Amino acid sequence: MSTYAMLNDLTKCIGCRACQVACKEWNDLEYHRTYFTNTRDNPPKLEAATYNRLEYNYLPDTDPALPQRWYYRRHMCLHCEDPACVAACPVEAFVKTEEGAVVYDEWKCIGCRYCMLACPFTIPKYEWKSWNPAVTKCTFCFDRIGAGEEPACSKVCLTDAVIFGNREDIIADAHARIAAAPDRYQDTVYGEKAVGGTAVMFLSTKDITLDDFGFRTDLGEASYPSYSWASLSKVPYVAVIVAALMSVIYFITHRRMPGAEKK
Amino acid sequence: MDKRILRPTPLNIVALLLVIFGLILAFIRYTQGLGAVTNLTDEFPWGFWIAFDVMCGVALAAGGFIIAGTVHIFNLKRYKPLIRPAILTAFLGYALVIVGVLLDLGRPWFVYHVLILPQFHSVMLEVGLCVFFYFLVLFLEFLPMWFQGIKNHAAYKALHALTIPLAIIGIMLSVLHQSSLGALLTLTKEQLSPLWYSPNLPFNFLLSAVMVGFAMVIFESQWSSKTYGRAIENDILKSLAKGCAIVAAIYFIWRMIDISMNGGWASMSPGFVSTWFWIEIIVGAIIPIILLIGPGQSNPTARGLGAFLVIFGVVLNRLNATLTGMIDQMGGMYFPTWQEIFISIAVVCAGILVFQAIVQTLPIFDEEVKEAEAAMA
Ligand code: SF4
Ligand code: SF4
Repeated sequence: MSTYAMLNDLTKCIGCRACQVACKEWNDLEYHRTYFTNTRDNPPKLEAATYNRLEYNYLPDTDPALPQRWYYRRHMCLHCEDPACVAACPVEAFVKTEEGAVVYDEWKCIGCRYCMLACPFTIPKYEWKSWNPAVTKCTFCFDRIGAGEEPACSKVCLTDAVIFGNREDIIADAHARIAAAPDRYQDTVYGEKAVGGTAVMFLSTKDITLDDFGFRTDLGEASYPSYSWASLSKVPYVAVIVAALMSVIYFITHRRMPGAEKK
Repeated sequence: MDKRILRPTPLNIVALLLVIFGLILAFIRYTQGLGAVTNLTDEFPWGFWIAFDVMCGVALAAGGFIIAGTVHIFNLKRYKPLIRPAILTAFLGYALVIVGVLLDLGRPWFVYHVLILPQFHSVMLEVGLCVFFYFLVLFLEFLPMWFQGIKNHAAYKALHALTIPLAIIGIMLSVLHQSSLGALLTLTKEQLSPLWYSPNLPFNFLLSAVMVGFAMVIFESQWSSKTYGRAIENDILKSLAKGCAIVAAIYFIWRMIDISMNGGWASMSPGFVSTWFWIEIIVGAIIPIILLIGPGQSNPTARGLGAFLVIFGVVLNRLNATLTGMIDQMGGMYFPTWQEIFISIAVVCAGILVFQAIVQTLPIFDEEVKEAEAAMA
């Protein structure tokens, strides 16, 4: 089975928040009372009961003749191909399924919160108020995928800003969109290569650089787990060397010197 | 000599009250969640308990494996009087670390999952297994003292025969554990200031643990000789101070090189974070090196102060690497709540009380050990 992927075409997003609502509905997440802030983002941040959130970016008018320009970036787990959270977890509470979803099992989790520190996109959130807290994040609607459905967010998207499918098809589609309108898109599919590739990918607009839009372009293409594996893979050698060295020193220092038999 | 289990000194009474207060706070933490007593947030998921109870606790327990190695492996017999106090401190230190871990984990009731569901690509697993197995080793190293205390000679002899293998395994686990705490933070490249972040963090943590291991033994010996009137030979402490100064000098030079290699100097701007960095380096490294490297070695006051400052420096290093150094990059300020601090203080107080009770009842110090050994022969 090929793994699934999702494309977010930010030039097509109209900021209607249907995906936010669909996410809350499908996952049965608690709603917040909303309130005015100096941004249009609502809820104000990703948290335990918010897996998916639109961030509203207003581009300042450079040319008064142009219409106001708003861009919306979706904030969610990217379902990395080789995820840092999976490698960080001491007890296999996170796994990457063969469909491509990175899912979490709260009955394995011990609550060390290393996954929160490890994720390069700071996605996992915590139920700080619970006596038996769980880590939460987007599940890629793996329960829907398993039943042959697409995730709730892509299903409700009105403008095809969010589409879902096989990873190869999605990447091909993304490059086709760029090729068809090169003056409209940044010439990158974000997530095709970043941190070893992700299942959730983004197409962004030429109007604003990826950095200004809040994408982490500094993360490189090596997967995060490869960094910690560099030191972890040495552990058995270190263990054996230290133990052997100590034993050798022990035998040298406790060797009976000739003529020094008696204490 | 006063053989009561705990002497009701004013300090002990305060300590006991603090422990009780800590238990009440812990009850609130377990029933209402971490959010009820801590300032931890999604932006700052690791706080004071990890930084102080775990990171510092493990470092300060390093005296155990340093002295065990010196006596059992390197066969330097004159340090033998130090071995039981050092093992006991390490044992209790690790017990406190475990208490700290169980307070901090969101689901401590599932902590045994590290044994039955291990995920071997996780640095956190390495940390967890090292805590568990080294605690077991320290327990087995402590048990002979207990058996001797209750005069169970057969059990004492049986465990005593394991001394050398246990010492070797203990050193191996300590090396892995001290360095793995550094390795945990190698994932935080984006969050941690390059004044602390380095791909060599595992080595830095190991080296500073060796340094503070010496300092802990010096400090503790001087403290207990004051409290219990048991003098340790000046000679022994002098050599330890020398060892401490040498490791500290190597550590200091290495840190300077390491920071240059990671571009730490270039990133430095005056402010909160760099102030703490300089306190760590000047007060926690340069001053104690000066105190311990020269004639100060044989002066109990200078030596005690030097050892104390080394301990202070390493504690600050762990706090900085886990908390202060992250503040700039995490986009969120974290300062522990009074509850977090009080619970940590209560944990330390409990440790001090248990230490006293054990010292009062079991043969830990040299003369008692000799007496007990004579009684068995
Ligand atoms: S984005 Fe973060 S939480 Fe999601 S799969 Fe990648 S590492 Fe894990
Ligand atoms: S908090 Fe839970 S899921 Fe996250 S790393 Fe720790 S055990 Fe794994």
